[in-house]
Amino acid sequence: MSAGLLTVSPSPHIHTDLTVPQIMRGVIIAMIPALLFSVYNFGLGAVYVTLLAILFCVVIEYAIARYLLKRPASIYDGSAIITGMLLAFNVPSNLPWHIILIGSAVAIGIGKMSFGGLGNNPFNPALVGRVFLLLSFPVEMTSWPKAGATWSLDAVTSATPLGILKDGLRAGDTVPELMNQMPSYTDFFFGLQGGSLGEMSAFAILLGLIYMLYRKIITWHIPLSMLATILLMTGIFWLIDPTRFANPLFHLLTGGIMLGAVFMATDYVTSPFTHRGMLVFGVGIGVLTVVIRLFGSYPEGVSFAILIMNAFVPLINSYAKQPRYGSKSQRHKAYQEKLEKEVKATP
Amino acid sequence: MAMRLNKHKTFKTGGIHPHDNKLSAQVAITPLPLPKMVTIPIIQHIGAPAKIVVNRGDMVKTGQIIAKHEGFVSSNIHASVSGRVGVIEEVMDSTGFKHMAINIRVKGDDWEESIDRNDALIEEIKLTPKEIVNRIMEAGVVGMGGAAFPSHVKLSVPEGKHVDHLLINGVECEPYLTADHRVMLEKPKEIIVGIKILMKALGVQKAIIGIEDNKADAIEIFQQLLKNEKHIGVEALEVQYPQGGEKQLIQALLNREVPSGGLPADVGVIVHNVGTTFAVYEAVQKNKPLLERVVTVTGKSVKQPSNFLVRIGTPVIDLLIAAGGVPEDTGKIVSGGPMMGKAIADLDVPVAKGTSGILLIPKAEASRSEIYNCVHCGKCIEACPMGLEPYRLLIMSKKGNNKRAKEEHILDCIECGSCSFVCPSNRPILDYIRLGKTQLKKQKNV
Repeated sequence: MSAGLLTVSPSPHIHTDLTVPQIMRGVIIAMIPALLFSVYNFGLGAVYVTLLAILFCVVIEYAIARYLLKRPASIYDGSAIITGMLLAFNVPSNLPWHIILIGSAVAIGIGKMSFGGLGNNPFNPALVGRVFLLLSFPVEMTSWPKAGATWSLDAVTSATPLGILKDGLRAGDTVPELMNQMPSYTDFFFGLQGGSLGEMSAFAILLGLIYMLYRKIITWHIPLSMLATILLMTGIFWLIDPTRFANPLFHLLTGGIMLGAVFMATDYVTSPFTHRGMLVFGVGIGVLTVVIRLFGSYPEGVSFAILIMNAFVPLINSYAKQPRYGSKSQRHKAYQEKLEKEVKATP
Repeated sequence: MAMRLNKHKTFKTGGIHPHDNKLSAQVAITPLPLPKMVTIPIIQHIGAPAKIVVNRGDMVKTGQIIAKHEGFVSSNIHASVSGRVGVIEEVMDSTGFKHMAINIRVKGDDWEESIDRNDALIEEIKLTPKEIVNRIMEAGVVGMGGAAFPSHVKLSVPEGKHVDHLLINGVECEPYLTADHRVMLEKPKEIIVGIKILMKALGVQKAIIGIEDNKADAIEIFQQLLKNEKHIGVEALEVQYPQGGEKQLIQALLNREVPSGGLPADVGVIVHNVGTTFAVYEAVQKNKPLLERVVTVTGKSVKQPSNFLVRIGTPVIDLLIAAGGVPEDTGKIVSGGPMMGKAIADLDVPVAKGTSGILLIPKAEASRSEIYNCVHCGKCIEACPMGLEPYRLLIMSKKGNNKRAKEEHILDCIECGSCSFVCPSNRPILDYIRLGKTQLKKQKNV
């Protein structure tokens, strides 16, 4: 056999199957239950918005890579598809196409490609796009169609549970009164509530979470620390004054908390490296979310909380480090002293 | 994070779980027929090359010294066959470098008379600790797990250091390899005597054999044989790579950590591989130098994955033919395991003292895939058994910022390859870390 046929390269000679395209595919699969649910809830509008956002994101990334940066198109890793899906998940299902286009352009163009593409962006691109839209088109971004299998493109709009709560409290109503106007917790859990496209169903999002944990795409650290913090903080306020603050379960199941905890905060690029760092990150998002929800002027604060904590990631990374092997010098020193004594004791 | 009942010990920092693919675990060790010709490199160990003491045309016997150790950190090299010395020339070994090597054309199998070739177990240890170390040095025994560090050096504990534990490494954490596993199954009594010899040489009271729990049969055999031994224990370890790294094994079994830049002896431990322990037994009790070893020949397409007893210097091609030939789809041949082994370019490369296996990798898995940007997933940090930040070391080495890399403990890297294995972006992390380490070592020498 001729030696020229053999590949020679340095070790290791085997590699994990979990490569970037595999991971991206896994995340897309994990988002499908939530997408299906919003189709059930909002009908074709959900499909239309999602497909448009994906199309815009992929085309914009391709165009920027090829014609502005003059380098090979980076769309095949699947990350632009995820950005598009996540952007769609964060907007109402009746958003006009030109707003989706603007959102996609901001998400991919400013949020991702201006920093150098995949892996270099400090902020979650989909959230950059979403917050830009929220500030620029507040009316369109906050008129959600009413949930419940409305299979037409122009449906009746309704407020989200969080919106009802915020406006009601401002008008002087108490929480128990407002709760009577809302769907039951089972409806919240399965997603029969008003809101953005993909954030409806905690159940569908949890399915996605279980899948991603099973595939070892993400770890439990960010979602759990974030959700636990929110549960704990809202719980404390609820115990202090149940007429002014809603109960923790309500907070967990409404708005974008589940979507944020599972799909947005866990984005590799914009979250810390180590498990310790992830815990700090998750707790930070939790605290900020609750503060904005309870005391801010917006009914919902997950997007802002995640973006703010994104900015802290480099700082978290430089403090929350993996313990280095051999760094337990204390134990080592004690051991050395013990050894020295032993050696001295033996004649 | 995996919750398991009856959890076995393991190391605490990092680690990965590649598929273990132990295809040849149930295949008994068979002696490979004598080759026609052997090529014995004079450097098969860490340290100085041995000095050649034979000339072309000399007749040598099996077990005769053909190259003597130069200095303390070096090792004797023996003729692994009997026959006539041929050309002494530079050949490429499994590391890809050219070294002087002695060719011997095989004639018969005529052993040195001083070697006891009887299989009977000899339990009584007659030699004094000094004589044991001397005998091991004369026999050219080196670490057989892969690094090939001369064993007599390890047994000569530096002044002022106190060793209280001998650890025997039966982990064999490299996927595919089964050489150590088979030796443990087939020569357990000899290994136990070998452990006693090493304990006597070191003057330690406590020895532990660490074995990964995918080798339940080996663990059981040792538990049976050591039932009445107070000073030698067996410990089952979780299957996790690199459990068999010296530093990781110490952390797993004793919860001690070797300080940065230090040696196991700094925390009172000496580690030897089971294969080495068997070689020590043969050297001390049978006066047999290290001239043959067990080599696993394996791979997904290999017809008969096997464990062969091979004379040092046998060309790799002989092993491959004995295992059913080279499969059509072979794309890469690795000397050693898939995580730390070296790809060889040539099938005439000789088996050396540190060659634990020959692995054939199919074409489909032989080359690397497309490299993506770092996505900051943190998997390399999670995987690093030394608790380093591999992605940063890559950037520093790439930029030539070796000073920063040194501050970030790049020299602690054990080159296990876990970071490159887990990287979803296929980034050549370990390649660049090696580059950085090499540059630092060069700077030191200047």
